[in-house]
Amino acid sequence: MARVISVCLPMWPIDRLRRLADSTPSAEAPLILVGRVGNRRVVTAACEAAMGLGLRIGMPVSKAQALVPDLRVEAADPRADLEALERLGLWLLQRIAPIVEVDPPDGVVIDVTGADHLHGGEEALLEMLLGRLTLSGITARLAIADTWGAAHALARHHRESAACIALPGATAAVLAPLPLTALRLPQATVAGLQDLGFATIGDLMDTPRAPLTLRFGAELCRRLDQALGEMAEPIDPLRPASLVEVRRSFAEPIAAAETIARYIGKLVVDLCTALEARGEGARRLDLLCWRVDNRIETVRVGLAVAQRDPKRLTRLLCDKIPGIDPGFGIEIITLTATLAEPLVPRQASSLLEQAPPDISDLVDMLANRVGHRSVYRLSPVASDVPERSVARIAALSPDQGLGWPGHWPRPSRLLPRPEPIDTLALLPDHPPNWISWRGIRHRVRRADRPERIFGEWWKRDAEARAVRDYFRIEDEAGQRFWIFRAGDGEDAATGSHRWFIHGMFG
Amino acid sequence: MPDAVPRPTVAALRARIAHLEGAETHARAVLPFGVDMLDRRMPQGGLARGCLHEVAGGGGGAVDGAAAACFAAGIAARLPGPVLWCVTQADLFAPGLEQAGLSPDRVIYVEAGDDTAVLACMEEGLRHGGLGAVVADVAKLSMTASRRLHLAAKVSGTTGIALRRWRRQADASDFGQPTAAMTRWRVSVLPSAPLPVPGVGRRRWLIELIRARAGESFDLELEGCDGTGHLGLPADVADRSAASSGRQHALG
Repeated sequence: MARVISVCLPMWPIDRLRRLADSTPSAEAPLILVGRVGNRRVVTAACEAAMGLGLRIGMPVSKAQALVPDLRVEAADPRADLEALERLGLWLLQRIAPIVEVDPPDGVVIDVTGADHLHGGEEALLEMLLGRLTLSGITARLAIADTWGAAHALARHHRESAACIALPGATAAVLAPLPLTALRLPQATVAGLQDLGFATIGDLMDTPRAPLTLRFGAELCRRLDQALGEMAEPIDPLRPASLVEVRRSFAEPIAAAETIARYIGKLVVDLCTALEARGEGARRLDLLCWRVDNRIETVRVGLAVAQRDPKRLTRLLCDKIPGIDPGFGIEIITLTATLAEPLVPRQASSLLEQAPPDISDLVDMLANRVGHRSVYRLSPVASDVPERSVARIAALSPDQGLGWPGHWPRPSRLLPRPEPIDTLALLPDHPPNWISWRGIRHRVRRADRPERIFGEWWKRDAEARAVRDYFRIEDEAGQRFWIFRAGDGEDAATGSHRWFIHGMFG
Repeated sequence: MPDAVPRPTVAALRARIAHLEGAETHARAVLPFGVDMLDRRMPQGGLARGCLHEVAGGGGGAVDGAAAACFAAGIAARLPGPVLWCVTQADLFAPGLEQAGLSPDRVIYVEAGDDTAVLACMEEGLRHGGLGAVVADVAKLSMTASRRLHLAAKVSGTTGIALRRWRRQADASDFGQPTAAMTRWRVSVLPSAPLPVPGVGRRRWLIELIRARAGESFDLELEGCDGTGHLGLPADVADRSAASSGRQHALG
């Protein structure tokens, strides 16, 4: 089952203009864009401030200017909007998934089938995407659903949140309450249906198709079937001319894994030749297999550093062949270097020093198998709070040469979050006599003096006075635990004085 | 165990067995622990490199695996090259591992979803050849999987350590199942050495070699890894060493 994200950009022309020139002095003034409809000059887009002042899209400009005295008026430029939308599509193509198509005038559609796990699941993917767009100053609404039509409708007509997920198989249920305008139908058809008393998509689903088709034409049922997933609606992948792409079509569709592997090998060689001509190396590769039944199987691999080594790239791509479902056969295979970077030549070896082993190919392979976030190194952060003292960095980042201050013992395993324990302890600075954790009671035989860790007031206001007293304790069997008391044992404002276990020493 | 008197028949037999097992002809490199009492009892005078080894925690450590992780970190720290550590749950605390000798710059972590994925990543790491050691937290290790890992380690010369760790204490009985690992260790925590002042002394472990190919099992009380990954000999055991080595000679 396919999964499609529809990105709706309701303020796209305004956002584009603001991103172009956000330092103009009158940036705070309400802004409208003006275009021509026939002979009239009308408002084609308005910012939130202008909307708040009562301006509407479609309103004559002279009326808008009369309503709001210091109005900024700019000319609308639909062609530039479309070009910018294509650039946004390219950005999404490079970062999210191999199949992206612009959905003018105000949207982009992304096929994320099988690509979501690399971003940590659908929810994380939507959140990341929304965050990135919002940070760039773009108003966006997102929806993910089984079909383009359903995602398109949800992104534009779902009112509760900016991102919404329709679970697989729930398309009909989520579409039913939406209004007819969500179906991407011509204005006249919607008006005609409304005259007949239809209000929601659910009403249409319950009505026999034949009379509807007779009256409104085939378009209505086609859109309905597309939204429900009963009729395929292929997404034509965006392929800007600037990308390096090689393709191969087959007279006879291919399906066997060995055949696919052989052609991948040939395509990679072609691609590397093309990259070499441009002096570039690939950072991200997309393999698109066009099946005879008009579906596209995709494989995306990423590389930690730019590469142009055919053997290595072939290995990475062939690793993914088991995930390709050839169906009744594959007609066309295309291979694209979605992200390419200039490749800096390096000296292969020198006689004087032994180069450190190159493990970038291993890192790439593991990252493509388990996801790029799951292959990492840890690096010290200057913080006394244990859970903040470690940060994940890229697996191939240069050596930091740093460590943690070693004068206090640290456990080898840290619980994901501190777990509350029962204790008996003398306040303020004695270790407990016993602790009870996960139903097992440990008698404390030895313990270290407390290590006091202060809260970080610059992170959160609530931590301004917070204190934790960490003890290393050892029970009768020799098990060593890291426990702490929230608070300094005297002043209730510093913490709750409850005890927690945080880690285990070896 | 080095023999006092050279026994050519035994040496020839050993060579023949090694040939039958498909071992490479040249002597395999070993990593000595640096503790004489331990190294002397290992078949080749240390931990064989380019092999699969298994380490598990004893008692409650079978679940949290804290001591076993330190033991593995100590071994990995003394091997040259980067270290790949495959886990299913990310609960390793890097500052603690650094105190066992493993600096954060050397370790690449791989977080895989389940045991199968962890083992697959471990095999890739062992096959690659550019790494010093590959450590993996696994619960189940079948004969087939362990043989694959062992062969991968042998081809590339990378040392693999399977850190056996179970979700429940009861599952730890799985440790009795045969695997192709070269050695199998169990590391249990012991009460630390008493200090003259209140406090916790240097950690102490009971290190049991449960199984070793072409070697005998034994157990030893040792002090845990220090900042360079070396194990220590406790003072009271060190005093006893003359007596125990005498016993060794008597047995041999």
